[in-house]
Amino acid sequence: MSKSPVAPKVGNLNDLLAVAYQIEIDAVERYRLLADQMEIHNNPELVKIFRDLARAEGIHGEEIRRLAGDFDVVAHAREMAKFAKGESPEEADLSTAHYLMTPWHALQLSLAGEERALAYFTSIVETAKDAKVKELAGELMEEEAEHVNLVHRLLRKYPEPSKTWADDLDPPQSLE
Amino acid sequence: MTMNVEARAYKQADYKSDVKPIWCPGCGDYHVLMSFTRAFAQLGLPPEEVVVVSGIGCSSRIPAYTNCYGFHGVHGRSLAIAAGLKVTRPDLTVVVASGDGDGYSIGGNHFLHACRRNVDMTYVVMDNHIYGMTKGQPSPTTEPEFDTALSPGGTKVRPFHPLVVALASGANFIARCFSGDPNQTADVLAEAIKHPGFSFVEILSPCVTFRPDERAWKEQVHPAPVAETSDQGKAARRLMTDDGFNIGILYRGTRAPYQPAAGKADIDLSELEKDFEL
Repeated sequence: MSKSPVAPKVGNLNDLLAVAYQIEIDAVERYRLLADQMEIHNNPELVKIFRDLARAEGIHGEEIRRLAGDFDVVAHAREMAKFAKGESPEEADLSTAHYLMTPWHALQLSLAGEERALAYFTSIVETAKDAKVKELAGELMEEEAEHVNLVHRLLRKYPEPSKTWADDLDPPQSLE
Repeated sequence: MTMNVEARAYKQADYKSDVKPIWCPGCGDYHVLMSFTRAFAQLGLPPEEVVVVSGIGCSSRIPAYTNCYGFHGVHGRSLAIAAGLKVTRPDLTVVVASGDGDGYSIGGNHFLHACRRNVDMTYVVMDNHIYGMTKGQPSPTTEPEFDTALSPGGTKVRPFHPLVVALASGANFIARCFSGDPNQTADVLAEAIKHPGFSFVEILSPCVTFRPDERAWKEQVHPAPVAETSDQGKAARRLMTDDGFNIGILYRGTRAPYQPAAGKADIDLSELEKDFEL
């Protein structure tokens, strides 16, 4: 319904850490779910891609946790890092999944998430009043920009499939 | 003795089982499962105090994917099972999961009387306007012109209006959600669970395999233009003129839930059995 997220209010450095952590954790959850779906539907190439993406996002989440030091970023995220209406920026849109989807489709999902995250941290850099928040948001923004570039590089390896990618010789609509 | 017991904070993961869903990729029911676990975590319900009851169909697989107690019941009979459970164990949180075929066709009669009885439980119908599990037959909410090999030229039958039926039958809480907005759906589910009496939540949940056109729902749904009401007359007018895509809590009634007084039966079962001896 609402694709532009109503983001949680970031008032200080701890809030930003919590939101950044939650964004990564939400992405991990979605990629794992997509990997499970592809496993059930016997699309092993996509299982690997989604598991790799989940692992990468999980590493980013752990990095943020380390950055937070003694501060309990997990508890704080649970309390305040809720995208009230719509989705967390890096959550892949499950409704676009298809059992015959290709690596190109998976990377498109990933690209959309990274671009949303980039836009989100850019908006914090532009609006934050606290210098420390602005500085960390700037670093996160740069990281997301790197991720966007990385996905673009990967997309060179996996070009867009032909228009018949969803054709199934044994389709589920066998009564049609 | 004073005990210092801290309330445990539950995570979504605490409500998920190890069973992997076998729904089609892209199915709205994945989001609904997510909303269930978010709502339970939001309310801090201990998983062992929640029961998810279902009937038959794609949507009815949901109890297996949660870590709560579950009952995968008979086609259309989930409400009867759930009502029996809730009046016997009012301490439990009972959530019933169904689909438009299971809930409005095979279980249509149970739906009416569950609304009427107003037992304190939450009924979630994942409506995709089709029988998905049995390969795409029209359901009670399928549009009259929906034309397939299984319904050539469409059924030409007026669709069932579940929200109006629920209101007329006495449901105490009525809401509509869209599966693609799991956070909002979780918030509505949490409200439905908290509200005393029979809460009915219809969730538009696209079937991407047999109704790929329903992918467009995410562009069609919109927040209900008016705030919820507790006035049945107002609710009836609003629901009757509803476009089918108004999202949010639409009616919140004030009827007291049905709960029979606890107590032992005044007759011994073995005595009763004697009357039926052949």
